Amino acid sequence: MTDTLIQLNDIRRTFIMGELVVPVLRGITLTIPRGDLVALTGSSGSGKTTLMNTLGCLDRPTSGEYWLDGVEVSKLSNDKRAMIRNRKIGFVFQNFNLLPRTTALEQVMMPLAYTASGMTDKKAKDRAVEVLTKVGLEHRLDHMPSQLSGGQQQRVAIARALVNHPPVLFADEPTGNLDSATTTEILAMFQDLNKVEKITIILVTHDPMVAGHARRNIRLRDGMVESDVQVDETAMQLAAGGAA
Amino acid sequence: MTITKTLTTAIRALRRNVTRSLLTILGIVIGIAAVIAMMEIGKGSSGSIAKTIASMGANNLLVMPGTAASGGVSFGAGTTLTMTAEDADVIIKDCSAVAAAAPIVRARTQVIYQDKNWVPTFIYGTVPEYLDVRQWNNLADGEMFTDTEVRNGSRVCLIGQTIVKQLFGGRNPLGEELRIQSVSFKVIGVLSPKGANTFGMDQDDIILAPWTTIKYRVSSGSGSSTNSATSAASGGGSSSSTSVYPGAESVYTVPTAAQLQKMPSHVRFANVDQILVSAKSGPETKVAIAQITALLRDRHHIREGEPEDFSIRDMTESASALASTTTMMTNLLLAVALISLIVGGVGIMNIMLVSVTERTREIGLRMAVGARSRDVLLQFLIEATLLCLIGGFLGLGVGRGAAIGVEKILKWPIEMSIEAIIASIVVSGLVGIVFGFYPAWKASQLDPIEALRYE
Repeated sequence: MTDTLIQLNDIRRTFIMGELVVPVLRGITLTIPRGDLVALTGSSGSGKTTLMNTLGCLDRPTSGEYWLDGVEVSKLSNDKRAMIRNRKIGFVFQNFNLLPRTTALEQVMMPLAYTASGMTDKKAKDRAVEVLTKVGLEHRLDHMPSQLSGGQQQRVAIARALVNHPPVLFADEPTGNLDSATTTEILAMFQDLNKVEKITIILVTHDPMVAGHARRNIRLRDGMVESDVQVDETAMQLAAGGAA
Repeated sequence: MTITKTLTTAIRALRRNVTRSLLTILGIVIGIAAVIAMMEIGKGSSGSIAKTIASMGANNLLVMPGTAASGGVSFGAGTTLTMTAEDADVIIKDCSAVAAAAPIVRARTQVIYQDKNWVPTFIYGTVPEYLDVRQWNNLADGEMFTDTEVRNGSRVCLIGQTIVKQLFGGRNPLGEELRIQSVSFKVIGVLSPKGANTFGMDQDDIILAPWTTIKYRVSSGSGSSTNSATSAASGGGSSSSTSVYPGAESVYTVPTAAQLQKMPSHVRFANVDQILVSAKSGPETKVAIAQITALLRDRHHIREGEPEDFSIRDMTESASALASTTTMMTNLLLAVALISLIVGGVGIMNIMLVSVTERTREIGLRMAVGARSRDVLLQFLIEATLLCLIGGFLGLGVGRGAAIGVEKILKWPIEMSIEAIIASIVVSGLVGIVFGFYPAWKASQLDPIEALRYE
C-alpha cells in the first residue's frame, strides 16, 4: 500500500552496568509504513522506552539496522542524529517539557532555530502561528506555561513537535499527566493529525484505552515483540466513541 | 544555529531570571568597579607624584658642551664652545619628546645690596623657559623677565628665597637694585621656595637673569666663569700647547680663518655653558636623549664615527625612582584587579554550573529537537560571556561613579584611563569565556535521554 517509513532489522541494545550486562532489546525487527498510527505497549521493563529512544534517534542500538525515511541512522554521529531529530522527528513527552517562563509562540519557534537551512524570524513566526492555530491555541500565543492548562500545555508541545513538518511523531505517554476528558481531546488530535496531515504517529503507552485509539498495537515483552496486531477501523471508531 | 539566534536565545534565558542574573554578575561588577576606580584614583595620584618628582628634576636633561683637550691636556667637562642658545631653540622645535629647553650661562661671583654682600650658589643667565623646565612657574612675587629683555640684555633679575633672606633681610626686594660685580640689576621677581636638591644643595640660593646680560655684561669682564677662562685655550689648539709659559704674552691665540669657518658660532662667543632640557615625561627621557643627540650632531657638523662635542646627562636616579614608583603602583593595582576578577569569575562559574544542573531538562529538550552539542556549548558560553560583559559595563559605570565621587568629596586627583576601560571590558569578556567554558562544556556533554528524564 504505502511506502516504508521505519524499518528495524534485528535491533539489539545492551546496557553494561559494571560487571553486569543487561540485554534490553533482544532482536527487534519491525516495519512501519508511512501514515501509520501505532501504539507501542508493554509492561515496565519490557524495553519500550529503550525502543522509543532508539526510534527517536536519541540512542544508538548496540547492533542492527535502523532505516528512517530512507536513511540508515543507527551508525550516524551525534551531530547528524541531532539534525535527523530536528528535521524528521517530533517528540511529545508525558511531562510536556516546556521551557519555563517562555511564551507558547517562542516554545514552538525554538526547534526552528536549530534547523540548518535557517529561516528568517518572520517566516519562523508565521510557521509557529500556523501550527499553534492548528492545535487551537491561536489566542494563547503569548501565554507562559504557568498560564495554560495541562491540555493546552500538551497542545503547545504538539505544535512544537509539528513545527518542522516531521514525517513521524513520537509520543511518550502523552496523556499520562492529563485527566480523562483532556486525554480524549489530545488523542482525537493525534487521530486527526494522522488522518488529515498523514503524519506517522507512534504512541508509547501502557494504557489500553490509549492504545485502543491506534490502528496497530505492538506489544513488547522482555525486549522482543510479543504481538503485533492491526486494529480494524470499526473497533477503533468504537473505542473513540466509547471514550467520548 | 547562527550566532544571532544563539544570542537571542541567551538573552531570553537571562531575562527569564533577571534577579539571579544580576546577583551572578555582582562579583564582576564589584571587581571591575574596583579596578576602574582604583586605576583612576591610582593614575591620578601617581600623576601628581610624577609631577612632584618631575619638579625635583627627574625628567630634566643636562646638555653640556664636550671636553676640550689641548696637547693631551683635558680641560674637563663643558669646556668646548660649540653650544649656543640657538641650539636650545632648535631642540624645542625639532625634538618631539622635549617639553622645554633653556640655555644657561653660569657665573659665580659676589652680589651686593647696600651694605650686605653674598655669593650665591647659582647665578644663572637663562631664558624665561627656564621656569618651565624646572616646573617653577608659581613665583612668590613679581614676574619672570621676557624674551625681549633677553634680547636686549636688560639688567633685570629674579632672586630665590635664600637671597631674599641674606641680602634683604626678609624685606620686599621687588624693584630694588642689587649689583653683580659692578653691574646693577633690578629685582623684578621672587622665586617660590624649592628647598635643597637631592645632593643637598640649596636651590633657593639662586639669581636668574637674561643669559645675554650675564654673558656679555657679567661673565665676559669678570673672568670668574670657568668657561671664559678655558675658552681661549680650546680655541688656541695645538699652537698654545707649545708655549710653556703663556703668561708673558697674550694667551688668547687668534683663531685662524679656517677655524672660524669651521665653527662660525665661535665668532661672537655666544656659547652657553649648558642647556637644561625637560622631557615630556619620565619614560620619554630616553627618546629625548636620542633626538637631541641626533639633532646636535647634525647642527654641529659632526661626521659619523667622530665623538660628540657635547654630552647629555639625565637624572637617572630620580628618574628610576619615578619609574619604580609608577610600576609598583600599577603592578599592585593589577594584582588587586586580577584577584577580584578571578573571584568574580569563580562566582560566574558557580552560578552557571547551578544553572546547567537546574536546566538539565531544557538542555535535554533542546537536544531532542535538534540542538547539537556545540549549539548547547555555544549557548551557555554566550550566556556566561554576556553576563560578564554586562557586569563589566555596569562595573565600569559604578567604578567611574566611585572615582568621581572620591574626587568630589575627598578632593583626590583622578585621571580617566582609557586603557583600563578597554582592558576591563576585554578582561570581563575573557573571564566569561574562561569561567563559562567548563559549565557550558558540561552542558554540551549531557546525554539527551538522561537529561530529559532528570527531575
